[in-house]
Amino acid sequence: MNPLLEVRDLVKRYHNRKTGDVSILRGIDVQLRKGETLCVVGESGCGKTTLGKILAGLIPYSGGTYQYHGREVSNLRGADWKKFRTSVQLIHQNPYESLNPSRMIFDILSAPIKRHRPTLDFDALFRETTDLLTMVGLTPVEDFIDKYPVNLSGGQRQRVSIARVLSLRPELIVVDEATSMIDTSLKISLLDTLKRIQDEFGVAYLYITHDLALGRYFAQEQRLAVMYLGQIIETGPTEAVISAPKHPYTRALISAGDMEERVEYDLIGVEIPSFHEIPRGCPLSPRCPEAMKGICYSVEPELLPTSPDRAVACHLYSGPREKNGVR
Amino acid sequence: MMSTVYGTDQENLLEIRNLSIRYRTRRGELRAVEDATLLVKPGESVAIIGESGSGKTTLISAIVRMLPLNARLATGTMRYRTAADSLVHLDTATEREMRPLRWKEIVMVFQASQSSFNPVSRIYTQFLDTARAHNPAARTSDVMDRSRKLLELVALDGEKVLHSFPHELSGGMKQRTLIALGLLLEPRLIILDEPTTALDLLTQKKILKILRSLRDQYRFGMVFVTHDLGIVSRLADRVVVMYAGSIVEDAPWEEFYQDPKHPYSQGLIRAVPKLTTAIEKLYSIPGTTPDLVEKIQGCPFAPRCPFRMEICTRENPPLLPVALGRSAACHLLKEDSSESTP
Repeated sequence: MNPLLEVRDLVKRYHNRKTGDVSILRGIDVQLRKGETLCVVGESGCGKTTLGKILAGLIPYSGGTYQYHGREVSNLRGADWKKFRTSVQLIHQNPYESLNPSRMIFDILSAPIKRHRPTLDFDALFRETTDLLTMVGLTPVEDFIDKYPVNLSGGQRQRVSIARVLSLRPELIVVDEATSMIDTSLKISLLDTLKRIQDEFGVAYLYITHDLALGRYFAQEQRLAVMYLGQIIETGPTEAVISAPKHPYTRALISAGDMEERVEYDLIGVEIPSFHEIPRGCPLSPRCPEAMKGICYSVEPELLPTSPDRAVACHLYSGPREKNGVR
Repeated sequence: MMSTVYGTDQENLLEIRNLSIRYRTRRGELRAVEDATLLVKPGESVAIIGESGSGKTTLISAIVRMLPLNARLATGTMRYRTAADSLVHLDTATEREMRPLRWKEIVMVFQASQSSFNPVSRIYTQFLDTARAHNPAARTSDVMDRSRKLLELVALDGEKVLHSFPHELSGGMKQRTLIALGLLLEPRLIILDEPTTALDLLTQKKILKILRSLRDQYRFGMVFVTHDLGIVSRLADRVVVMYAGSIVEDAPWEEFYQDPKHPYSQGLIRAVPKLTTAIEKLYSIPGTTPDLVEKIQGCPFAPRCPFRMEICTRENPPLLPVALGRSAACHLLKEDSSESTP
């Protein structure tokens, strides 16, 4: 099966007159098939939100290729571009800020349909809108269609924003979990609704989060990618990566996210290097407890496969394997 | 009745008993905190958890009397034992009586505290100002030395940070600088609202570690609000669960995590995604929190409770001891009277 999207060596550079250009994404490879989920985890400032925005077509990329259904996204024009933009949607995770408070739920849901299918008559529009509400479980529909966001709870608002995105029948939804001030229970209900929709309609998700445990929940039996300073440093099946992480950074993330504190694994220092001064060699080397003299400080490791479905960018696992390199 | 739950302990650092707080709103009075009792011992770390809007922040802001203007303390008492072993009635204290307590005895670190520094003055002036506000005779060199030492305790380069402007520090550095500033006057109670939100997982872990070791070193009491159970497990001795303004469970963290008693607490624990244990379907508590302006009949959690009984919609269950050192407010639970006799 052809991949839905294929990203090779994606680069995003921002121009800065004072400090020179800054690369926020430094060679990202992503592949996603129809109905699949890829969870991208990383700390803030690692470029994961930028990646989501590029994949959703909100901002252009500066290098590499991004093929959607086999066609280069930067070359899409006119009707093709419009088709791409409806096919890929982004969900903002904060339900309190992403709905227009002065518009009725019906208006919120029908606006995108009207925009893209202006010939639809009112009856058809009403039918589509009620179908969407049913799809996301806001029933009986009459209770919701003429309400304003302020009348709805956080969970119900999230469902409205999912319904709004579904109104365009997307094939890929980018779910960006911004700073999460939302209660866990609410997040879980959103993720459950999204998963059900995936089962029913075969939507693909790119789920962006800093919460590894949530990522594990949402992307179970799917794939996970860990980002650090604009690069993917480890990727593989979610369960495999979380139960046996290879990259020291992934190990530290898991140790920090584990409530039961079973494995203690810390990086050195606290500060994340800035994109302006990315360390020589492996970007993690100054913080890495496993850093080896020489190679880690001079040669940047590539993301190389360690097994058919896993890859890691770390010298501990590349080239001639040292006997005690792998713990 | 409350005294049967806890007994009267002379040693408590902070005693909040039967506190109710109301907000005046256009729609009527909002019952933000209802009959809350919270006791903190010296050196103890208490976490307050619950959904947004459950009154957590209101409760802790009341301790330092930093509530919004439309709030009033309706009932209850708040007593604080100072370093000089005198009792201060926080609920009736005047602003003049509160001022020497704030930051010297009780430190409150607000949410998104990264923005609590003055952006146009260097960090050291803010340390000096704080010290001088409470002791005008403080010598500059003494304050600077102490500040430098404290900053080093929170794993920062003291000299560099003191001469920086806030914008030159990252979020995690500011948070740690604020912790150092909080310790400057050796307070005995530190109150934190969402201590590490807006921080990365790794930074958060580091800060929690630092807080824990500082607490062991200085033995200050800690009350903090969070909705992240991961933070609770790393920092708290005891956990207090709030729902719709009421405290519904109060228990030592370990026991609470293994065996939450209140159905709401059970929902909270079951909604936490885990990293190490086998993956299972997570639970999200159905329904929404009640409107606190309207009068609630019976248990506030009843409409969402999977174990609702007839009595639940009629009577609001009081917070009663259910096991040694644990109390909960639920009709399902039997009162455990083994420890109620003082």
